[in-house]
Formats: sequence, C-alpha cells, structure tokens
Amino acid sequence: MLQIKTEDLAPEVPRMASITLLAGRDKSGRGEPLPQLSVEAGQSLAVVGPTGSGKSELLSDIEQWADRDTVTGRRLVVSDGPTGRPHDGGGIVARLSQKTSFVMDSSVEHFLHIHAECRNRGQETIVEQTLDAANQLCGEPIRLGTSLQVLSGGQSRALMIADIAFISDAPVVLIDEIENAGIDKLKALSILSASDKPILVATHDPILMLMAPRRLVMREGGMQRVIETSPEERERLAELRRMDAHLCRARDLIRAGDTLQEREPAL
Amino acid sequence: MKVITIAGTPSSGKTSVLLHTLNLFKAEGIKTAAVKFDALATQDHDLYQRRLGIPAIRGLSDYVCPDHYYVSNLEEVLAWGHEQGAALLVIETAGLCFRCAPHINGVPAVTVIDNLSGLGAPEKMGPALKLADVVAITKGDLVSQAEKEVFLHRVRQVNQTARAFHCNGLTGNGVLALKRMIDQWPEVPSLTGLKLRYSMPASVCSYCTGEIRVGRNFQTGNVVKIHVANQN
Repeated sequence: MLQIKTEDLAPEVPRMASITLLAGRDKSGRGEPLPQLSVEAGQSLAVVGPTGSGKSELLSDIEQWADRDTVTGRRLVVSDGPTGRPHDGGGIVARLSQKTSFVMDSSVEHFLHIHAECRNRGQETIVEQTLDAANQLCGEPIRLGTSLQVLSGGQSRALMIADIAFISDAPVVLIDEIENAGIDKLKALSILSASDKPILVATHDPILMLMAPRRLVMREGGMQRVIETSPEERERLAELRRMDAHLCRARDLIRAGDTLQEREPAL
Repeated sequence: MKVITIAGTPSSGKTSVLLHTLNLFKAEGIKTAAVKFDALATQDHDLYQRRLGIPAIRGLSDYVCPDHYYVSNLEEVLAWGHEQGAALLVIETAGLCFRCAPHINGVPAVTVIDNLSGLGAPEKMGPALKLADVVAITKGDLVSQAEKEVFLHRVRQVNQTARAFHCNGLTGNGVLALKRMIDQWPEVPSLTGLKLRYSMPASVCSYCTGEIRVGRNFQTGNVVKIHVANQN
C-alpha cells in the first residue's frame, strides 16, 4: 500500500479566526477589482450578483481551499487555523443549500445522537440545545420522536441550521439561499453567528442580503466591491421584513383554505 | 507513467469524478488515457473520448468473472497506455459485487462511494473501501451537512488511513483535491509481479463452467452451502 504520512491526516479542522480570499481573475482574465476579501468568525457576509456572476465559483474556491490552482486563480488564507490545507475529511465548509434534504430513515433524536456521537460531543445537552434552536426557527414544533422523513420543508431547514450551529465541526458556513418556507431568517443568521464561524450567504433574497452587515458584489466572475449595510438600508430592511411577513401571512391563510379580506392591514 | 485504479459502487460517479479530474490535467497539457473494465456493456470509454478527446478503451469480461478478467489484463492495458504516450493512465473497474477489490499494492487506489448509498454502505463495501488510499465521497450536494459528516465517520470506521474527500460528480467541485494528490504520486514503471491487495474469490463450480439449472443435482466442484439453522 502507499505510504501515507500521518501529518497529512487532519480530520478535525480547528476553529478559524478569519478567512481571507486573495483576488485572482474574472471571467475575461482581468484582475479582480477587489484585491482581497476577509470574513471574521461570527460575522456574516452576503454574496450578491446575478446568475452567472461567479457566486458559486467563489464558494467553491473556499471549499476547495484555492491556492492559485483553481480557474479563478484565487488563494485562500486562514488566520489562526491549520497552517496547511487539510487533505482529509469533510473539508472546511458546512454547506446549507435548498437542494439538500435528509435521506436517512431515522427519528430526529436518533439522528442527532449519532451525529453528536461521531463528532465526540457530549450528547444529552447538545441534542437538547440543537432541538431547542431548531424550534426557535420554525413555527411548527419538531419533536424528538418524529421521523426525519415527515418533517416539513421549514422544519428540515431549521434542523439543518441548528445542527450546523451546534454539532457540525466544519469551521466555515456557506449558505446557498434559505427558502421562505416558515423559517425565521434573522434568527437563523444569529444562531449561526453565535457558533463563531465565518458565514457566507449567497442569495437573491433582498432581506437576506441586507441582514448581513456587509455584502460582496460579484460581476462577470470577479469580486467587485464590498458594501456595508447603511443605516438607511437597515430601515428599508425593517420595511422589507414587514412586507415579507405580510406575504407570508397571506400565503398561510390561502394555504389553510381561508380567504383574504378585502381590507389590507397597514404595512 | 502514473497509474491509478478506481473502484466504486454502481452509479456512485466513478466516471464523472474521473472526467472532471482528467480535465484538470488536460488543462495543464498533461496526456492521460483511460481504461474501463466492465461486465456486459459500457459506453464510458466513449465518454472519455468525446468529452476529453483522450484515448480510451474498454474491456468487457462477458462470461468470465469481471474481477478475474481485470487482473488477467493489467499488463496489456499498461502496455497500451505506454503506446498512447500517456503520463497518467486511469483504470476504472465496474461497480460490481465487492467481494474483492481491484486495488494493487504499489498502485494508488481510489474508491468512490456516494452519500445516498446509506449509512450501512461503507461497512458492506468490504476490501474495495477498506484497502483504498483515497476515498471520494460523492452526492454531498443532495444530503444534509449532518449526514455528510456521519457518512464520512462511517467511512473512517472502515478505513482509518485513507484520505477522504467530498466531491460533486456533476459540477466537478472538489475533484481538485484528487488532482493535487495525483500530482504527488510516483510513476508506476511496471505492474508485473505486483500483488493484489486482496485475493479474488475461489470459484470453479459447475455454474462457473456454464451450468444454468437450479438444484443440488447440478452442483459440482467448489460448492458452499448456507447455514440456515441457528443463525439467530
């Protein structure tokens, strides 16, 4: 068998204080306008830009620990983390996307226990904490005995978020859109931030874009600039959230078989 | 010439992972070639030719045990790889029964397994997983982060020393990890005299020689019977 050096094996990736992506090239081969991008632990950054602007490539550079060897030529630098790229294990990124679902045939409780077990976490408290957090995120309570397969879309997503925050060991969180289905997005971000990891949110949802204190603008494969969410934008965010809540209420009523009243409640 | 063997469960994405990986070599101007071993049918060699424009051939075992057929033809495919002037030859085997493994001592061995195959899959997979140097875990984009981590843990329980990584056979995201490893691997000058990491099954019963009838009266040679009693 091939000789494998034990130092190459780093299944446990430690916490990272921050990640920095050094610029490479955009799709036409020009240098990126933004020379570097940093995200601190506990901070969230929204990644915005139209389809095809390079958001996925950016996330992939982080996932693959780019070292000037990906198509973008970017380089990932980590501070207070492992010095070399881990060759092994699940990688440095926990990814939450709309495509993911639970495929396991198990109860919520059993599932959380085996995940906590394989991460060597104290099981009793962490299972409770995770379930508590998930239940803060979605309206319909999740019970320990419920099968993963019968959870609603919102419940599954809430459980995945709480699990990433409390049990997963991956030091970076990538969120590839959180759907509207019955999830408190602001709470989701704050629960994830509390887990003290850098968080990147790729999204087309204006509410999610403005919830992060900063956002990276992508265009034609290149990092253009970082915009800080302004006080005016935070006010607009409050307004957008009211509109969103309004839409959600209407959706819930119609779904429940009710009818909408003619009079619109004030926004 | 570098040589790697690749094994994996059916539809786990062996060919897709290789296509994306070899594409990275192609971008660097490195010549590669591919051999696909299968049992009855495959068009995978065609994929390598069409998608990457690299030389690719297939070997179909037909009525012979696919794993025996594979090991009996290793010298021939190595010589073919040399003739193509390839710097890297990948030998891909069929996702078959997993009683044995195609992996050879001294030749880097990659096994592909997917997150959708169930948490029991790593344990069932036997020597192909246990004796691999590298485990590529695919379809992680379809399952929760938690399940990815639990699945990786199960892979680890079967094989503690392999380098394991997640990759996406559709987009190619993650295969850079494999490319970086191959860059570090040494050349394999010859396969003659090298040993399989796990022996192939003893067979030669009447069914090996073409018997098709069911029943004790038709079974001769190396026949092993199930113990039905006292299993529980």
